[in-house]
Amino acid sequence: MAQFLEALVNGISLGSLYAIIALGYSMVYGIAKMLNFAHGDVIMVGGFAVFILMVSNGWQPLLAVIAAMFICTVLGMLIERLAYKPLRGAPSLAVLITAIGVSYFLQNAAQLLWGANPKFFTILDYGNLTVHIGDSQFNISIGKLLSVAVSVAIMVGLSLFTGKTRIGKSMRAVSEDRGAAQLMGINVNATIAITFAIGSALAAVAGAMLVGVYGVQLSPTTGAMPGIKAFTAAVFGGIGSIPGAMIGGILIGLIEILVGTFVSTDLKDALTFAVLIVMLVAKPTGLLGKPMREKV
Amino acid sequence: MSTKTKNMLTTLLTLGMTALAFLLCQLAIVNDWSWMTSTLKGQLVNICAWIIMAVSLNLVVGISGELSLGHAGFMSLGAFSAIIVGSWLKRGMGMESGELRFVIAALSAVLVAGIGGFLIGIPVLRLKGDYLAIVTLAFGQIISNVLRLLYVTVDTDTGSLAMALKIGSGTPKLPGKDIIKGAQGASRMPQDATFVIGFILVMLTLLIVLNLNNSRSGRAIRAIRDNRIAAEAMGLRVTKYKLMAFVTGSALAGLAGALYGLNQSSLQATFFEYNKSIEVLVYVVLGGIGNIWGSIISATTLTILPEMLRSFSEYRMLIYAIVLILVMLATNNPVIKGWFRMVSGRISDRRNRKTGKKEARP
Amino acid sequence: MTQSVKRHSETVMVPFPSDAIVPARDLGKRPVLEARHLGIQFGGLKAVDDFNLTVGPTEIAGLIGPNGAGKTTVFNLLTKVYEPTQGTVLLDGHDTKGLDVTHTARLGVARTFQNIRLFDKMTVEENVRIGLHNKIQYGMVSGILRLPGYWKKERQQHERAMELLRIFNMQDQADAVSGSLPYGAQRRLEILRALATEPKLLLLDEPAAGMNPHETEELMDTIIRIRDQFQIAIMLIEHDMRLVMGICEGICVLNFGQIIAKGTAEEIQNNPVVVEAYLGKQKGAGE
Repeated sequence: MAQFLEALVNGISLGSLYAIIALGYSMVYGIAKMLNFAHGDVIMVGGFAVFILMVSNGWQPLLAVIAAMFICTVLGMLIERLAYKPLRGAPSLAVLITAIGVSYFLQNAAQLLWGANPKFFTILDYGNLTVHIGDSQFNISIGKLLSVAVSVAIMVGLSLFTGKTRIGKSMRAVSEDRGAAQLMGINVNATIAITFAIGSALAAVAGAMLVGVYGVQLSPTTGAMPGIKAFTAAVFGGIGSIPGAMIGGILIGLIEILVGTFVSTDLKDALTFAVLIVMLVAKPTGLLGKPMREKV
Repeated sequence: MSTKTKNMLTTLLTLGMTALAFLLCQLAIVNDWSWMTSTLKGQLVNICAWIIMAVSLNLVVGISGELSLGHAGFMSLGAFSAIIVGSWLKRGMGMESGELRFVIAALSAVLVAGIGGFLIGIPVLRLKGDYLAIVTLAFGQIISNVLRLLYVTVDTDTGSLAMALKIGSGTPKLPGKDIIKGAQGASRMPQDATFVIGFILVMLTLLIVLNLNNSRSGRAIRAIRDNRIAAEAMGLRVTKYKLMAFVTGSALAGLAGALYGLNQSSLQATFFEYNKSIEVLVYVVLGGIGNIWGSIISATTLTILPEMLRSFSEYRMLIYAIVLILVMLATNNPVIKGWFRMVSGRISDRRNRKTGKKEARP
Repeated sequence: MTQSVKRHSETVMVPFPSDAIVPARDLGKRPVLEARHLGIQFGGLKAVDDFNLTVGPTEIAGLIGPNGAGKTTVFNLLTKVYEPTQGTVLLDGHDTKGLDVTHTARLGVARTFQNIRLFDKMTVEENVRIGLHNKIQYGMVSGILRLPGYWKKERQQHERAMELLRIFNMQDQADAVSGSLPYGAQRRLEILRALATEPKLLLLDEPAAGMNPHETEELMDTIIRIRDQFQIAIMLIEHDMRLVMGICEGICVLNFGQIIAKGTAEEIQNNPVVVEAYLGKQKGAGE
């Protein structure tokens, strides 16, 4: 029982991290209709930014994370402007390959700048919360609990942002029908740029939490696997849908931890992906994705 | 010239040029020409394997129009099947002939990868576009994950094989000598692949893909790519032809895996993760979607180049990334395309403008 | 008439009392198409409702109506792009219930599309050859190994394709990429591609769209020629009234998803309900 609860809490906590990354994938997909393969590497850059500011320059963790968010926002917008914007309207495969090129670029630039040796840092280290249930007990890292709180705050904030603000509404309009949004006077290019900015800022937070709370070692390829997992989560929830990305992220995190705890650590990746496949075969557009009907 | 004659000429030209390149390499090896360095010599078989990979992925992505990000998964199925069968034949059964061992190993590789392609294709091909891409990626990761847990041994006296999948903490203890040892991968396999075998397999692959493309089935595959709804309205069975392209592509990837696997001294399953699939996809896109000849050239160049640029090793991947982005921008952005046209001079500019009307966007 | 073919439901010979627009020569023969109480709902909206129509085996029938009346939806129901929510479609006596587009097509119905759907990266000849896909067959292995069957069937396909291209005098464009053809030629190619499947019923969705009066005139002759030569039924959606009134033997008028009139060209032209549907109530404009 205690083991199950611990896995449950850890799953939700990992899932909320995936959810933040998945939001970046999903929003960009919804609005720019592209698979941004380089998103995972922005996470890595965020991690390095926090590392350099905090460990090398002695900044406060919170300040370092905020600065990293700023750096990633600029980076994300720069990538969008230089690599993706010129390809608007191009075949999606060309855009995908470009995104892969950007991913290679970020990984190798990071390798040249910061080397391949793994690095570590810690933020939100407040010890453990020990819960006793009858005779058994389990520990939860308070840092992880706080990171869940941060994730939830981000999700609520983002939902309010897209639901209530003018920019958020134009984001939804562009994702629904780009042509019509343009006719309604919405600046599509600016909207797409803002989407990349938000996604990248979230990636910085994810990078800081991934290394600083979850203890993943920081190297140029750090972002790749969480990126793929979160991408899976975004598709699971229905890519393009913001609530879908949140639910998808939490479910994928839960599945991964529960499978790892109760079935097999070695098979957790395989089973997580298997669940995704079963899900998509049963409902081809994901949990909350809208079915598309081609007009004949 | 009719399309049919043109298609046949293209096929003959592709096969002929490949044969010519092979003869040139053989001459260089025999006469010890200076450009045939020992590094290049060591890569010849691998180049053949990557050509087969690129051509077979082009069948799936270019001709059938389905974006697959799990092609390396089928290669690994083929590689590990071939390694198991080849090692068993050599160490368990004491078969002497390397060629015969290779043929049997490669056939089993094709069979396993083909069956894998069929089983995966049935659920996957119901999906469209990006969803198909992510599911193929997921399957590739699953294959790599499972192969990472595979233990296979052979009893060198009796010839019997033993297999286990590691689930849980302990390493499985199997009788006999290791062929595949979980995450450490395969080692001591018979290195039966040769450049001649590689060349023959490339020719075989080209023949299969080009002839398939220019036949009734190939036209059906392309029609479904161009317009699925119209193809259905013509009475075409969409699933059948999508599956045909996908399974053929997977089986050929298995063949490439056999060639690659039986050319290494050791091999790990992690080698075939999604990054490898994406690398092959880059070969296909840079060579030109649906352009078989382009796939051959880009697979060859991109296999040789990193080795040749070893002295720049720090910067070569960075440069590769930049070149990749620039090529995509140059070939797909209208402004940059126009700029290239201006640079390439007025005469060709005028010519372009005349024929430009017929240029259809892909 | 061969009765050995398996019937999914009993078939009544034409005419139906309510469908007395089938031409005289087709009376007493099994109709190629019977739609009975056909309907479909999208959400709460009845896009097509209680659609009844019988088309004789060599009839040229017209389906007209204002924009958004549901004409293309009817074609999509007949070809099973959509599964009807009510009613049945019998094609040459076969109930199409539960069949998908592919299998419905194999019963002998072929169509063109309002927004042209060619295989646009393939050549003109290859497009027609796709139409021949189920008529002149050989297998994948035969194609890869270039067995004798390949050469024989390829030649047959080529000859048949060129024969068909001659109908619209397109044989010289056989090797052009179909996506690069002018609009009118693309429409004509779509008709040939559909014809290549040897349908019993050919559905044309706005065949004259984008054509000039002279081309339309030619198209009218060709449609009649196709019917006479192939002895098939043709049903067309068209806004060009000269074409519809000129060649259609029976006309069916659709408005808001429902049939408002059926009859010959003359009857339709003099039907006040039809005139109102097209022009709207004169008073209504001011309100």
